[in-house]
Amino acid sequence: MLRFQNVGLRYGLGPEVLRDVNLHLAPGSFHFLTGPSGAGKSSLLKLMYLGLQPSRGNISMFNQDIATIDRAELPGLRRRVGVVFQNFRLLDHLSTLDNVALPLRIAGAKEGTVRDHVAELLSWVGLGNHLDVHPPTLSDSEKQRVAIARAVIGRPSLLLADEPTGSVDLEQGLRILHLFEQLNKIGTTVVIATHDRGLIKRFSHPVLKLERGKLKINRRAAPPASPASPENQPPENSGGQQDGPTS
Amino acid sequence: MARRRDLPLERDGTGRFLPWLIALMVYLACLALAGAIMLDEASGRWQSGLTGTMTAQIPAADSGKSDEHPATIAAVLDVLKNTPGIRDAQPLTTDSVIALIEPWLGKGNVASDLPIPVLIDIQLEENATFDTVALAIQLEQVAPGTRLDDHEIWITRMLRLSQTIGAVAMTIVILIGIAAAATVVFATRTGLAVHQGAIEVLHIIGARDTYIARQFQVRAMSLALRGGLLGLILATMTLALLAGIAGNLEGPLLPQLAVTPSLWGGLAALPLAAALIATLTARITVVRTLSRLP
Repeated sequence: MLRFQNVGLRYGLGPEVLRDVNLHLAPGSFHFLTGPSGAGKSSLLKLMYLGLQPSRGNISMFNQDIATIDRAELPGLRRRVGVVFQNFRLLDHLSTLDNVALPLRIAGAKEGTVRDHVAELLSWVGLGNHLDVHPPTLSDSEKQRVAIARAVIGRPSLLLADEPTGSVDLEQGLRILHLFEQLNKIGTTVVIATHDRGLIKRFSHPVLKLERGKLKINRRAAPPASPASPENQPPENSGGQQDGPTS
Repeated sequence: MARRRDLPLERDGTGRFLPWLIALMVYLACLALAGAIMLDEASGRWQSGLTGTMTAQIPAADSGKSDEHPATIAAVLDVLKNTPGIRDAQPLTTDSVIALIEPWLGKGNVASDLPIPVLIDIQLEENATFDTVALAIQLEQVAPGTRLDDHEIWITRMLRLSQTIGAVAMTIVILIGIAAAATVVFATRTGLAVHQGAIEVLHIIGARDTYIARQFQVRAMSLALRGGLLGLILATMTLALLAGIAGNLEGPLLPQLAVTPSLWGGLAALPLAAALIATLTARITVVRTLSRLP
C-alpha cells in the first residue's frame, strides 16, 4: 500500500524535519499518528498524499515508486487517496454539495450520479439540509464533516486525516472515528494524525509516534480500555493492522 | 471538460482589465491591418490599370495649347500605330489632361495659358514585347522632346512602397499579438497566485494540470473574445469615419477606403486570433507553472 524507506525531508536549506523514516502501511491497516507540535506530523502526511517530494529516501505507493513514476500518472494515484485537512481547505465559493462532489467530478464521474451520491453521503454525516449552503456559513463542526465527506466520497484506498476531531466535541469526534473504522472495515487504509491522547486510548490501533523528526511505533496489542463508539460500544478491530510501520 | 468553475476566476480582479487591453490591441491591429490591406488593394488596382499601357508625352506647342500642333501629333501616332505590339494609340483631349491636373491645382484653377502637353494613351497587345528604347528614339526623331513612359519605374517604386508598408503593418500586428500574449501571461500568473490555495486542493484531490488549465483558458478566451469584438467595433467605426472623410476629398490617387470582403475577413479574424492567442497562452502558462508542483 504505502512504503517509506529511509525517507528524509527538509524545506529548502533548513534542517531535516523528518529523518530516516521507515514505514510500511499494509492494505486495510488503521494507524494513529501522533507527536508534539512541530514533530513533523503534517509533513509526513504531505509526503503520504504526494503533496511533497522527499529530500532523500524512497516512497512507493500502490506498488509504484514515486521517484521514477511518470508525473502524468500521479493524479491517478492521488485520486486513490482521501485527505482531511486540518483546516478543512473547503472552497468557499462552492456549495457544500459541490465541495464534496469535487473528487468525483475531477475523476470524470457522470454528472447524473454525482448529486445523488453526494446528497446521500451528506445526509449520512448529518448535513442533508445543507447541500446548497456555502462553507463560510457553516460551523467548524459542519465544515469538518464536509471535509470528511469530500475525503471519503471517492471511496479512497488510503484515507489520511489531519486532526479530524480537532473542531468537534467528544461525541462528534467518536462518531467520526466510528465512520473511519467502518471505512477501514471495507478495506480502506486509514492514518489519523491527532494530538488527542484520550481519543487514541479509546482504540487499540497502532500508534505512529513522531519525535524530533524520527518515527517510532507503538503496536498496542491490548484491546481498548474504554468505550470508543458514540453509542459507548467499542469498535470492532479492523484487519491488516498487524503489518505496521517499522522505524 | 470542466463542467463548472471549480475556481472563482470571474470573482477576482485579475481579469477585469484584460478585455480593455485586448480591445485596445485589437483596435490598433485592425487599423494596421486595414491600412495594409487597403494599400495592397489600391496598388493592385494601380498596377492592373497601368500594366499593358504606355504613355507618350509630346511637349506643349509654343502657344501652350496641345491641339495646336496636329502634324506633330499625327506623326507620333503614325509611328506608334505602325509599331508591332501596339494595339491602339489615342491622344487624350485637353479636357482630359486638365482633369488629371486639377487634383493638384484645384478645379477651375488651371490657367488658360498654362502649357499643356499632349498625352497619348498607348494600349499594348497582350504579352507584347518590344524595344521601348528604340521606340523612344524613333519618337524623338519625329517629335523632338517626346517622352515615352512605360510606368515601370513608377510601378516598381509603388510596389516596393506598398510591400514595405505591408511588412511594417504585419510587424505591428505580430508585436501586438506578442503584447497580448504577455498580458495574458501576467493575468494568468496573477490568477494562479490569487487562487493558489484552491489550486493546491484540486491538485491534491487528483486534478490533472490540464483540468486546472482548462478553467483558466476558458476564462481567458471569453475575456479576449469580448475585448476583441469591442476593438473590432471601434476599429470599424474609425474606418467608416476615415472613409467618409476621404470620400469628401477630391483625390483620385488616394487609396479607396471601402471595406471590401477581404478587408472584412482580415479584420473579423483578429478577435478570433486574440481569443486563440489568449487561450493557448493561458493554457501554456498554467501547465508550465503547475509542472513545478510535485
